[in-house]
Amino acid sequence: MSADALNPLDPYTHGRDFCLARMRDMLRIRRFEERCAQLYGETKIRGFLHLYIGEEAVAAGVLPNLRTDDNVLATYREHGHALLRGLSMQSIMAEMYGKQEGCSRGRGGSMHLFDRANHFYGGNAIVAGGLPLAVGLALADQLGGRKDRVTVCFFGEGAVAEGAFHESMNLAALWKLPVLFVCENNLYAMGTALARSEAQIALTVKAAGYNMPSAQVNGMHVLAVHDVARQALDQVRAQQSPFFLELHTYRFRAHSMYDAELYRDKAEVERWKQHDPITTFAERLKAAQMMSDDDLKAIDRAAQDEVEAAVAFAEAGTWEPVEQLLRDVTTPAVPTVAAGSAS
Amino acid sequence: MSEFRLPSLGADMDEGTLLQWLVQPGDTVHKGQVVAVVDTAKAAIDIEIWQDGTVQALQVQPGEKVPVGTVLATLLAPGEAAGAAPPIQAAQVAPVPPEMARAQAAASGAAGEAAPIPAQGPPPPPPPPPTSAAGPAPLPTLQAAVSGLRLRVSPAARRQAEALGLELQGVAGSGPGGAITLADVALAAASASASASPVRPAASAAAPVAGPTAGTPATDRQAEIRRAIASAMSRSKREIPHYYLLETIPMARAQQWLAEANAGRPITTRLLMAALQLKAVALALRRYPELNGFFIDGQFQPAPAAHIGVAISLRQGGLIAPALHNVDQLPLDALMPALADLVQRTRAGSLRRTEMVDASITVTNLGDQGVEAVLGVIHPPQVALVGFGRIAPRPWVDAAGGLCVMPTVTASLAADHRVSDGHRGGLFLAELHEQLQHPEEL
Amino acid sequence: MKKTTYREALRAAHREALLTDPRVFIMGEDVGRYGGSYAVTMGLLAEFGEARVRDTPLSELGFVGAGVGAALGGMRPIVEIMTVNFSLLALDPIVNTAATLGHMSGGQFSVPLVVRMATGAGRQLAAQHSHSLENWYAHVPGIRVLAPATVADARGMLGPALADPDTVVIFEHAQLYNLEEDLPDDWHCDITHAAVRRAGTQLSLITYGGSLPKTMQAAEVLASEGIDVEVIDLRVLRPLDTATIAASVRKTHRAVVVDEGWKSGSLAAEVMARIMEECFYDLDAPVARVCSEEVPMPYAKHLEEAALPQVPKIVAAVKGVLNV
Repeated sequence: MSADALNPLDPYTHGRDFCLARMRDMLRIRRFEERCAQLYGETKIRGFLHLYIGEEAVAAGVLPNLRTDDNVLATYREHGHALLRGLSMQSIMAEMYGKQEGCSRGRGGSMHLFDRANHFYGGNAIVAGGLPLAVGLALADQLGGRKDRVTVCFFGEGAVAEGAFHESMNLAALWKLPVLFVCENNLYAMGTALARSEAQIALTVKAAGYNMPSAQVNGMHVLAVHDVARQALDQVRAQQSPFFLELHTYRFRAHSMYDAELYRDKAEVERWKQHDPITTFAERLKAAQMMSDDDLKAIDRAAQDEVEAAVAFAEAGTWEPVEQLLRDVTTPAVPTVAAGSAS
Repeated sequence: MSEFRLPSLGADMDEGTLLQWLVQPGDTVHKGQVVAVVDTAKAAIDIEIWQDGTVQALQVQPGEKVPVGTVLATLLAPGEAAGAAPPIQAAQVAPVPPEMARAQAAASGAAGEAAPIPAQGPPPPPPPPPTSAAGPAPLPTLQAAVSGLRLRVSPAARRQAEALGLELQGVAGSGPGGAITLADVALAAASASASASPVRPAASAAAPVAGPTAGTPATDRQAEIRRAIASAMSRSKREIPHYYLLETIPMARAQQWLAEANAGRPITTRLLMAALQLKAVALALRRYPELNGFFIDGQFQPAPAAHIGVAISLRQGGLIAPALHNVDQLPLDALMPALADLVQRTRAGSLRRTEMVDASITVTNLGDQGVEAVLGVIHPPQVALVGFGRIAPRPWVDAAGGLCVMPTVTASLAADHRVSDGHRGGLFLAELHEQLQHPEEL
Repeated sequence: MKKTTYREALRAAHREALLTDPRVFIMGEDVGRYGGSYAVTMGLLAEFGEARVRDTPLSELGFVGAGVGAALGGMRPIVEIMTVNFSLLALDPIVNTAATLGHMSGGQFSVPLVVRMATGAGRQLAAQHSHSLENWYAHVPGIRVLAPATVADARGMLGPALADPDTVVIFEHAQLYNLEEDLPDDWHCDITHAAVRRAGTQLSLITYGGSLPKTMQAAEVLASEGIDVEVIDLRVLRPLDTATIAASVRKTHRAVVVDEGWKSGSLAAEVMARIMEECFYDLDAPVARVCSEEVPMPYAKHLEEAALPQVPKIVAAVKGVLNV
């Protein structure tokens, strides 16, 4: 066994508890997403459903590095991020069903998961919609003197085509804002391959264009993601300036619920499945004798049990009365908390 | 045993066509395995199964289009034997939430209720009558004299007039387009109270009642109607070169048929001879369209349908001929009640605008008054008027040349010589004669 | 009471906000070193520093979205978009996020953001710099839309707008910045109600923003001819103060709406629909409107004047309704 204890890709650098926790994180996401796909087919979940299957190592690698009062923004493919940020699986599943016990009272659905207590600012159906918000949240922290907070913004590589990406990157670099831009490059923006939409597909070059430091990492390897994300976050926090992190990953399923995936080769999908973040991590942990088959089964069983409990919770949930249709359009109560208070 | 149903594959998918099975009965399947291909509006999609098991039976064949939720196949759980009783399956389709169902029921229930009265002021006036399909420019003073429905009145003025019991007809309007405004109503109310004549509710607000009209017509109203008729009839005789033709029509068959048709009918559904006459005229007009239409700006415009103006005398004096629509298409059992309703509403003063303007020919029946024949005056811009005299037994020469007694009626045609000639008019009357010999076909 | 310009009143309001609430900061193009494209923020950079009077790059989408994020993060940003014409680039963060976040999150968040922008035409700036699109914003649930039309409102509106827990969009007609009026001692502004600027009896003239001075002038002309009209300044374009409008029309029985937007799909159309809904049986004549002609704003002065609502057109419209 390699004895390089400083190698971040070596499970023993992190220890058994940490590694099993990452495995648990990824399996919880995987089983949740699979169940959602099934529920969508049964018409329990409606509208759009964007699944994270294949990309779990990104959320599982980045999010454990965050502090509780860091800000997190994500896209419409955000179930995994929400789960690992601390939203209960029950509240997410109830939200998918549209029940008022959902994290957004059933008003948002799959694409609009929000949780104030966990600083989870959604959930956004507009590609690149979260980036200006991230700039603003970081600006608020800077103006409010909260010098050790980071705002992490997850987005897909499709967002780099939007003006909002460029304006936000520029503003963050110009004003030296503590934003970690996390680009989950899964090579396809819905049906459009990266090479067909970007003249420059080396995305870190774009960060350089804004004088912003950057890094790329294999997004299928949870320990690699974790390590690079840790370094990036430390830098953002210490220097209070932005960083662009590109992760190479792949979604095994269609963009949203079902499409014929005419835009990519089935052979390509199969090739990427060889790099399934869960199975490859399981193999690594077994090879390192850190995890047995029974351990894995137990983790998987626990994840599936949690999913079924969430489904039962959602099934038993209630519909918000129609008479309340117009609530929350405007805010009835007192203003939001003043800057500087712990929220 | 469990059921594998067609999943919803997208937000806008309601059904799909099974293209291909990739498994057959007896095959073992695993969770996540693609078992079929389904065609949706957008593309052919691989369908996966979410359970481990063995395929028991395929329920849908390739080529079939089925709704989302249809059972495609049945599955045995691993280790389950065939023939085991299927577990009770909960409904797979998400139900309409009960609050939504209640709200929907409440909404549709509310829609059936009467519209609420506005919070202020007296109840609103009845809604304006529907605008007619393309029809000729009516003779304004004649029609308007009978009904106040075509006045331009502001909502506030109309409400004020009702409150005061002021007749809007005849009030001068100083608003845009000659509309009657609050100021005009105030002025009219002031001068009405100064003069002696009584005020009465506007004709449009009166509810239709059978028999005598509600209220006594003002003297100046009768004069108004008389003036309008005088104007129309003078114009008719000035401008229209009338020619007249008469035809004596044997009515034995019609009377016989009518008696038989009415035998055993309650009084309320009995047919009158007037209905047969109107229908016969309408059918005859089909072959002689030059008698059915309008002469406007030097040109004849044939009417699109047989809307017959039925001449009705008003109890308070005067004559009006509102239109009975599409007479040629009405079976007698529909024509009779329509005619009765028209007469009743005419006498009650509640006619619709289309009835005022759509008549393309007029029929006047003075048989009840005992006249032999009618030589009428055409109502411009129509181009013909058909008259019927009294049906009475008269001497007749039958087919064999012998003398007998036959109930006959003299039908007359007054027609506009600018549009038709006596030859055609005569043919029309012959056709009318013929129609009335076959009452069973009317 | 002292004579103040609309611009000076706005500046005083901004200064007061910056002084009294550390959460307030201003962000926009040329608000700092340039002194504000309409000189509203002149001098504020020197007094409050560049963190709080923050020049932005030409990135409307970016900095308005950042304003939303900063409001989410506990600040009280005042984002200045130079004009409504450029605000089109920022429609997404306003319509898709600022207006919706409270609702989409089930009431967890509010966005206490103030967005200000200049609007309107009249200086021969041609088609891309002359829009009045207040009606587009007034269409969207979740935001409040204001139009200060007097010096007093320019002074008094910002405070309550900043205190509103939701996003407020304020439209300042470019022709009003030089407007000079007496600033009353009590300039406190009610941002929920329309204002009756002139009481009258025969007809209600309803308007907002830059059209108010023209409408008041028209009222004077009409008064000299013996016609007594009431003038209502809508002031709050969303949510419209239907009660004040209806009370006026019930009294006068006639209405003309003056709106610098194009008439199709205009705010005037919305006001007219509400009058029809609330006051149909009180109306003595159809409601009329005076709007801009349906043409992209031409450059030549006489054409621009012909395209915009003007005092003679307002007077003629009133007389048409009264049929005098």
